[in-house]
Formats: sequence, C-alpha cells, structure tokens
Amino acid sequence: MNKTLVTAGLLFLSLISLPAQAGKTLDSIRQRGEVICGVNEALVGFSVADAKGEWHGIDVDVCRAIAAATLGDARKVRWVPLNKMQLFPALQSGEVDILSHNVTWTMTRDAAMGMHFTSIVFYDGQGFMVARKSGIQSLRDLENTDICVQSGTTTEKNLSDYFRARKMKFRSVVFANFEASIKAFLSGRCQSYTTDATSLLSLIQRASRTPGDYVVLPELISKEPLSPAVRRGDDEWFAIVKWVINALITAEEEGITQANVEQQKVHGSASAQRLLGHQEDTGKLIGLDREWAARAIAAVGNYGEVFDRNLGAGSPLNLPRGLNRLWRDGGLLYAPPIR
Amino acid sequence: MSAPSSRRPSAAPFSWRNLCYQGALLALLGGLLFYIAGNVQSNLQAKGIASGFDFLLQPAGFAIGEGVFPYTAGDAYWQAFLLGIENTLRVSGLAILASMLIGSLLGLGRLSNNLLVRGVCTAYVEIFRNIPLLLQLLACYALLTALLPGIDEAWQFGHIYLSKSGLALPVPQWLDGHWQIDYPQRHRFAIAGGARLTPEFLALFLGLSLYTSAYLAEVIRAGLESVGKGQREAAAALGLSHAQTVRRVILPQALRVIIPPATNQFSSLIKSSSLAITVGYPDLVSIANTSLNQSGRAIECITLILLTYLLLSLLLSGLMGMFNRRAQRWAS
Repeated sequence: MNKTLVTAGLLFLSLISLPAQAGKTLDSIRQRGEVICGVNEALVGFSVADAKGEWHGIDVDVCRAIAAATLGDARKVRWVPLNKMQLFPALQSGEVDILSHNVTWTMTRDAAMGMHFTSIVFYDGQGFMVARKSGIQSLRDLENTDICVQSGTTTEKNLSDYFRARKMKFRSVVFANFEASIKAFLSGRCQSYTTDATSLLSLIQRASRTPGDYVVLPELISKEPLSPAVRRGDDEWFAIVKWVINALITAEEEGITQANVEQQKVHGSASAQRLLGHQEDTGKLIGLDREWAARAIAAVGNYGEVFDRNLGAGSPLNLPRGLNRLWRDGGLLYAPPIR
Repeated sequence: MSAPSSRRPSAAPFSWRNLCYQGALLALLGGLLFYIAGNVQSNLQAKGIASGFDFLLQPAGFAIGEGVFPYTAGDAYWQAFLLGIENTLRVSGLAILASMLIGSLLGLGRLSNNLLVRGVCTAYVEIFRNIPLLLQLLACYALLTALLPGIDEAWQFGHIYLSKSGLALPVPQWLDGHWQIDYPQRHRFAIAGGARLTPEFLALFLGLSLYTSAYLAEVIRAGLESVGKGQREAAAALGLSHAQTVRRVILPQALRVIIPPATNQFSSLIKSSSLAITVGYPDLVSIANTSLNQSGRAIECITLILLTYLLLSLLLSGLMGMFNRRAQRWAS
C-alpha cells in the first residue's frame, strides 16, 4: 500500500515538473545534423516522392535551401509527409522544425494556432475543375450541383461563402484527402471538384490518364497565399526561414543562378556581392555564416529556377508564372532588400 | 444478502479504513485530472494557441452536404456538431435495424435443414465477417458510384430520380402556410429540390448493415443452439404447437444469451460509423475534423467526439440492459 502511494506521488511530482519549453530550434538542428521538414504526402509540383524515394517540389526545395544555409548540405533534411489532420499538431508539438506544406496563410492560423507564417512562396486561388464534356462553362452553372472537396482546408469555407453570397444552392461531398475526393470526382459523383487551382492541375496529372478531358473554370474565388510556417517562440529560427526564402527571390532579381553563383560572388553587382557574402557578412545577422545565401542558391537555384523546375516550363504541369512573377514583371513577388 | 438467487457477489463488510483509502484515491485521481487540465491550458497559452469551448458559439462558415435538421453555413459550430450527431445517429440507427433483420434471417438460415439455404448463409457470414469493414465500405461506395448513371442520364420513375447524385424523392414541405410537395426537378447540370438519399449514406448504411449482420447471425445462431434439444422435446410432449414452442420456450431462453453480445455488436457499429469520412458521409467525426482545422481547437473537438461516443455507448448499453431485464422477466 505504502509503496503504491510512493509510486503515485513520484508520478505526480514528475508531471508537475514537466518542461513545456523546447530548446532553440537552430541549436537542436545543428546537434542532430538535419532539418525536419513537414511536407504534403503527394502533390506534384509541391512535394512528391519519386520511385527512388527522392522528394521533389517547390515546398521541398525550400527545405533543401534551408538545410544548405544552416547545415551546409542540402541533403540533410528528414522528410515527414503529413496529411491535413496531422500538419498543425505536428508543428505545434515540435515533431517538425518547419511546415513546408502548401498551407494557406490565414489570420486564424497565424494568430491563434501557435505558429508564424514566414514568407509567401506561392500565390494561388481556389478554382473548380469540371469534365470538359459536361458543358459547364462558369460557376453559375454549378447551382444545385454536387461539389467534391476534401476536409480540413480553407476550401470548404471559401466555397460556402461564395455560394451563400450569390444565394446559390449546392451540396458538398467531403472526403478526408485529395485522393478520395478526386476519385469521387473522376467517377462522376460530383459535377466539379474544388481546391487551389494549381493543386487541381497537379492532382489531375496523377489521377487521370487523360488529364486533357478536364478543365479548370476561369473564375478563382479566393486568395490562397501559400507559405511555410514555424513554431512560435523562436524568433531566430523564424528569421532564418524568412530570409532564406527572400534570398531565393532576391537572387532572381539579381540574375544569380545555380550555375553562376560563384562568378556572381566576385563579379556581380554590389547587392549581389552583399547577398553572397563577398562584401558583407549578412549571415551573422541571423546566426549563420557569411556563405548562407550562396549555399542555398547553389543548392536549388533562384526562385525562378525552382518554379520552372517544379511547376513551370520544365515540369509536366507547365504552369504560367502568373501572380508568381517578380514585382517588376507584373507579379507579386517582392522580397525586402537584403542589406 | 446471502439469498441463493442473488447473482451479484456480496459486498465486503463496511470498514472506515477502506473508505479512507478509496476517498484518498478518488481525491488523487481528481487532483491529477485537474492538474493535467491546468497544465495543458497553461502550455497552450505559452505556445500562443487559443483554447476553450467559446468557439462553439461562433459561425461555422462551412456547408454540410446532408442532414435532417435545417442548417446553413452561417449557423454556429454547435449546430454543425448537432447535425453531425444527427447524421451519425441516423445512419447507425437504421443500420442497427437492418442488421437485426438480416442477422436474424441469416441466423435462422444457418440452422435450416435445407442444405442450399444453410450453405448460402454460411458463405455470407464467412465472407462478410472476414473482410475488413473499411474495404467493404470503399467497395460499396465504388460500386454505387460506378453503377449509377450520371446526372445527365438519370433514371426517372415518375417524380423520382436515381443517379450518381443519389435517390431524389418528392417530399412534403410546409411553405407559405400550407403543405406542398417539393418535387425534384431536372436542370441542365443538376437535379434540384426534393429529399435526397446520397450514395455516401447508402454506402455507409449498406456496409455497416452487411458487416454487422454477419456477426449478429452468429450471435443469434449461438443463442438458439444454446437451448437444449430436451426443451423442444418437452414442449412437444406437452402438446405445444411449433409457434408456441418458439415463443414460450425457445426465445425467452435464447434472448438471454443473445442480448449481451448483440449489445456489443451494436455499440461497435455506432463506433465504426466514424469511418464515414472515407466515403464522404458527413458524420460527427467528419464535421469535427473540419471544425478542428478551421478553429484550431484540436483538444476541444477531440474531447467532444470522445464524449459523444461515450454517451451514445452508455445510452445503448443502458437501453439494452433494460430490454434484457424485461426479456428475463418474460421468461420467468
């Protein structure tokens, strides 16, 4: 009896003293020698593993660039594929260092879920995919139809808002993941399938043998700025992620590419030399060494190269840059200056 | 206390010491729970994660595909949860009734003298009992969506339409002060109006009923077989008819054996209905998942799911317990 009481007391004591605070993220990354990156399970262009288990995509390249900047080696990343239900708890609980998971930056998520969004890496909008032969031309035609959607995204709310504002009726058919919802759509269960427009194009590539039979309607009904997110409470780590992304965008502005990064370091413009650590040491501002940006760019290339390889002309998706052009080309990409 | 008819073990003699121990244990457990709740609360606060159940009063903002209660996207989260519970109860209630019916027929069929009937029933039980429920649900759903015609070529029977969008039926509706019938209508891209039985509901209902009826068949067969052959012979010797024998002799004794394991099957059916999201049916878990993701209140939503299933299971076993006691009184 006494022994039981002692055991119970000890358990109680150990619970009282449970530490709530984790160590600094960068320190633990250096100690374990890898960045733990939470990515989408399979979304062509964003993050998807090939037959050899090698990961590809724009979200994946962001993590590679961060690993190159912090650890000096773009391969030192542990990939943690997460579904829509797992992704926030995985970041909150410290299972991953960074969520690079085509997540939309919203106020609720940023302000009330224990995380910070860092920098937008992709501007998307919610669209609707229909079968070409259905004859559906615009969102007006979707009144009273069944719409397939997956749960746990901003999509469901945008959908309701849009139809409610126009007093149009619809029925949503909600599935747990992309695969189930697109399968239901392809079987003809729903007249349309809705999610981020880019994801629609990406998903149909994998799900259908004749992706040309499906089209995305011209109207986009929402803003979907996709950004990596980190846990709150570690400003240094937040700054590192934010500035690595800014460095990739700045590299495109400066014409620094994966191929010419060494040459630009010495012969580039003043701001290129500053970015690459030749003139100034910007690394020490964020707790890294002076070569941080040069290594990140050497590992994945500038933003434009990352885009082309994963989503643009160099990929099966062949998406136009659209909103994701540099500001001076009429797009929205505008990185604060690195100086 | 020591009456031989009592089925419960007699209580230990009263002792102050034991009472103190039990009181202390209760206080310890209560304190522990309180401490854990407080710790979770402060840790959440430290991490900047909003918590609390106040979000239930805020508008949910998402639409739900089906449900009997009126609900629109502007309604509060608690109303969305209520609709989820209603959807869970509707599909599990109907599936329980259907599985009882199919299960009884199969159970009797397993005892039939006809070789064909017995064989078919045995095959059914072995097949449906040994394939995981999840696969059966997915197969049901795939079959339904593959077999049914598209919206543009929906099968029409009078005012009833059957298509991949489900079974659309006319339904009486209270409008402008009198009853009217709301007929489904065919539009260019959709069938609008009327009441709807969706393929999602049908797939979940069929999957749950077919799976559980296989188990119930075995429970019922075992119950019937537990009544000794001598009982039947005795009833026959007394000159009771077959119907009388079943009603007065076999059923009362068999039910005692059938009800407790059947309760387990029903309760596991209710819990299995949480697989709904795999076939796109908006049950409690599906709606809680959406709420969780939109409000960020993970612990709160999971707690609501847990409490609801706990309550439903307790309610079910309470009801079945009452039924069991009545069945036993009936027997004696």
